[in-house]
Amino acid sequence: MADLKAGDAIPELKVTPDKYLTNRYAGASGDFNPIHIDPDFAKAVGLPSNILHGLYSMGVVAKAAAQGLAGGDPRALKKLTVQFRGMGLPEQEIAVTGTVKEVDGNRIVVDLEAAQGDNRIIRNAEAELEL
Amino acid sequence: MALKTDAVGKSWPSTTYQVGREKIKEYATVLGIENPVHFDVGAAREAGFRDVVAPPMFAVVYSMHALAPAMFDPDVAMNFATMVHGGQTFEWGEPACSGDEITTTAKCISIEEKLGNGFYVFETVSVNGAGAEVVRGTWTNIVRGV
Repeated sequence: MADLKAGDAIPELKVTPDKYLTNRYAGASGDFNPIHIDPDFAKAVGLPSNILHGLYSMGVVAKAAAQGLAGGDPRALKKLTVQFRGMGLPEQEIAVTGTVKEVDGNRIVVDLEAAQGDNRIIRNAEAELEL
Repeated sequence: MALKTDAVGKSWPSTTYQVGREKIKEYATVLGIENPVHFDVGAAREAGFRDVVAPPMFAVVYSMHALAPAMFDPDVAMNFATMVHGGQTFEWGEPACSGDEITTTAKCISIEEKLGNGFYVFETVSVNGAGAEVVRGTWTNIVRGV
């Protein structure tokens, strides 16, 4: 990692949340908002279907940063900022991409984005890591 | 309609959450995080942790308990029908390990109208039993059409 420099891409992370992922994430996180776990309820309030929890998608971005740059060391990630935009849907592949923005000694700043096809579900994400 | 801003600066009672091995395992499994430091106490201790360590984003699990009363407070008066989680920041300090008792306090930082939408910003600060900061969260909720 010593030769990382601004502009370098970090390894892409791809994951496809299965149909019941939002139920398991609801249990793990404690967020049982029905827009995430009940397709009928979600449609009744105008959503295309039940949608992914934003904080799940943020968790996937955090994983991409820690795994791609720090071998998954949970101490490496010092800060993560995201904006939630498009709605994430189950059963569609999420691709997390990132580019190194700054390197200052062992401190690295990375710009990240998570998308399902053309639908960018997390934009303007910025991670700070200490390696 | 003018936005109600009475809650700016308000804090809510702290909540304490005890981190446990099985909950960490459950969270890591859902996220597909495979590092054994999240599953095996031997691997965690070998890597220098007190006990099985939580992935950073496990912060949502213990922060949420303190935030929920803030979000539902009538002084805040958010319209949930048109609310979306617009943005999130976490800044991590000490790692959270199984056995830690983490105390989180939520505060309303700002309520502002921008281009007809309401921006409600809350902060949660979580400290462990030794008083060290574990994580600081900034939660931005956007209410469309206020």
